[in-house]
Amino acid sequence: MKPVPTFLLQGLLALGVVAGPVFSASESPSASAPRSNKMILVPGGIYVPFSLGPRDARQEQVAAFLLDEYSVTNEEFLAFVGANPKWRRSQVSQLFADSSYLKNWAGDLEPGPSAPPASPVVHVSWFAARAYARWVGKRLPTTAEWELAASAGYGSRDGNNDPAFKRDLYAWFARPVPAVLPAVTTSQVNYYGIHGLHGLVWEWVDDFNSALISSSDPNLLCAAGATDVRDTGDYAAFMRRALRSSLQANNTTSALGFRCARDAQILTASLP
Amino acid sequence: MAAESEEDPGVPRGPVASAPEVKDLPIEQAILVEPPHVPPPIVRNYPARVVVNLEVREVVKRLADGVEYTFWTFGGNVPGNFIRIREGDEVEFHLNNDPSSKMPHNIDLHAVIGSGGGATSAFTAPGHSSQFSFKALQPGLFVYHCATAPVPMHIGNGMYGLILVQPKEGMAPVDEEYYVMQGEFYTTGRYGEEGLQSFDMNKALDERPPYVVFNGAVSSLVGDRALTAKVGDNIRLFFGNGGPNLVSSFHIIGEILDRVYPEAALNHPVEHVQTTLVPAGGATMIELKTHVPGTYILVDHSVVRAFNKGALGMLKVSGPENRVIYSGKEIDAVYIGSQATAGSDSAKREAELKKKMASEIKSNPAIAGLTKEIQIEKGKQVYMGLCFACHQPDGKGLPGVFPPLAGSDFLAADHNRAIRVVLKGLSGPVTVNGQTINSAMPPQEAVLTDSQIADVLTYVLNSWGNKGDAISADQVKAVRNEIH
Repeated sequence: MKPVPTFLLQGLLALGVVAGPVFSASESPSASAPRSNKMILVPGGIYVPFSLGPRDARQEQVAAFLLDEYSVTNEEFLAFVGANPKWRRSQVSQLFADSSYLKNWAGDLEPGPSAPPASPVVHVSWFAARAYARWVGKRLPTTAEWELAASAGYGSRDGNNDPAFKRDLYAWFARPVPAVLPAVTTSQVNYYGIHGLHGLVWEWVDDFNSALISSSDPNLLCAAGATDVRDTGDYAAFMRRALRSSLQANNTTSALGFRCARDAQILTASLP
Repeated sequence: MAAESEEDPGVPRGPVASAPEVKDLPIEQAILVEPPHVPPPIVRNYPARVVVNLEVREVVKRLADGVEYTFWTFGGNVPGNFIRIREGDEVEFHLNNDPSSKMPHNIDLHAVIGSGGGATSAFTAPGHSSQFSFKALQPGLFVYHCATAPVPMHIGNGMYGLILVQPKEGMAPVDEEYYVMQGEFYTTGRYGEEGLQSFDMNKALDERPPYVVFNGAVSSLVGDRALTAKVGDNIRLFFGNGGPNLVSSFHIIGEILDRVYPEAALNHPVEHVQTTLVPAGGATMIELKTHVPGTYILVDHSVVRAFNKGALGMLKVSGPENRVIYSGKEIDAVYIGSQATAGSDSAKREAELKKKMASEIKSNPAIAGLTKEIQIEKGKQVYMGLCFACHQPDGKGLPGVFPPLAGSDFLAADHNRAIRVVLKGLSGPVTVNGQTINSAMPPQEAVLTDSQIADVLTYVLNSWGNKGDAISADQVKAVRNEIH
């Protein structure tokens, strides 16, 4: 997990250019996009995948990237469905979102009391999350990026050495999904300044289904699930992997939202 | 056929095209029953296609008084709903994961022969449903459990239950059937610590659970919730152990288990069992007939678990007594132990009796004489250790230097004076038997106890021709007090 900041990244930090609406040339976000979720620079590093099967890389170099400070909210997602009718609940194709898509919303353009504006949007499919990200000029983080950012504790880059972080991590599993989710700003902030990677909702990653784990990976079953993993004592990582592997791209659940990422290199192109 | 064998059991392929013998089976909906109850016996003598709809729910419930836990359940309870089918049945299994679930889940039924015991085919995201089918090839009482990684946490949160595959031959009718499962819980807080508890990673890895309970909570089978029966009933108990880690030493206090089917091998009972081992992920079937009324306590006889961690239930049997089989308490009598506590009524009574005995002894000349002889023997030991150096072993002293004790008029004249001399010593001229001696005797008050002084004087007063009385410790004590 040794940080590998590049010269460019250090420059970016010095300039404070870690947030703000910067779009790549290939994307054309709508003018009606809401004020962009502030983005935080996560320094690159080495990601050691949880699975160490014969087909898994032993480690992965992750370039520095930007990640949303918060999960995407109902308010932000409302702007998206407002501008993109085909992503409204009544109009979405079942191929891209199952029948519980935005189930907790009162109507197509009305999140309502079960989905307060500042709470994370849930009941969204991978397709929908991806479309939203594209619309705001971003993308979904990869598993490696998400896990790298989420491995930080409250006070350091490695949450494994942070008892308070570990305690909160497991405390979340001890609580059922609330009927109305709290605001994203109420969630814990980690070492990088990113809120709610744990303890609020699960989050989609771009390659959720590419970690060589299909829903029937025999390695997931019972005690065999403990073979070929980095750390058999990391139950939280098991659970994230199990959740991702249980999903199809059109699935939606009551505790699954997302946030967006962006390459740090795209920023460099826009620098003078 | 190689291509077929590589088919992924997790990818939906639609229902099996029913073979004629399956297609023609009558269809039944499985009756799922919450613990500690059991679905009614299957009386049909032919196979059926049984449809099971089991729902996974994550629920906050009581673990102990004031203690809550988020249980992951099959059917809303721990253990999960009891499933009862018959050997040879074709089972169409639907696992439904409630939309409010946080986690994906699956199910491994030990009654299933096939990949993962069904787990590969039953892996289900929140808000989804999976279907698979299996044929119940072998009879037995089998554990089912969630097998999603991390398995210890899914089982540790309560995801287990029992499925009974009744033998084709049927089962003997009984009066009551009950369903109990043991399991342990790894809470962050110690036993009894109030509030909503989380799963504790470290305690799980160390296999040190604060809770070991029957049916998902402390006291789930106690008081109003106790199992009940009448005298003379035949009872069948389906007992399983979900674990995830501990082996149970199952025992019913006050009963002998008439028949135990170890490992739930339903064709091979053993008889007259006191305690039976039930492995984690295993089950046993127990049959017993009740004989006398009472409350019989179900425990894990690894008894700290029963006493301190919750592994305790009750079977209340009502009906007429049979005092030949068990009398109940016949007599309650006072027993004064040798270690009776000081200050207790019995201790006070004991002191009174001792005092009475002492005065009885004192007033009995024969016993008093014996007492004096004991004093003389003890006094001799004191004399020969201390006094003899001056007064000489024969009590004659040294003429002109140390006065004699044998035949001493000085000694015989005044016993209290003699006590004073021993306590305080004596300096200056003294006349004994007409001879004046000017010498010094050191005081013994710090050296000898009252009893020792009484004994040594009694010895002297009764030796070398002296014919004297006994001196008591009380006498010495009185003189000592008078001096001070």
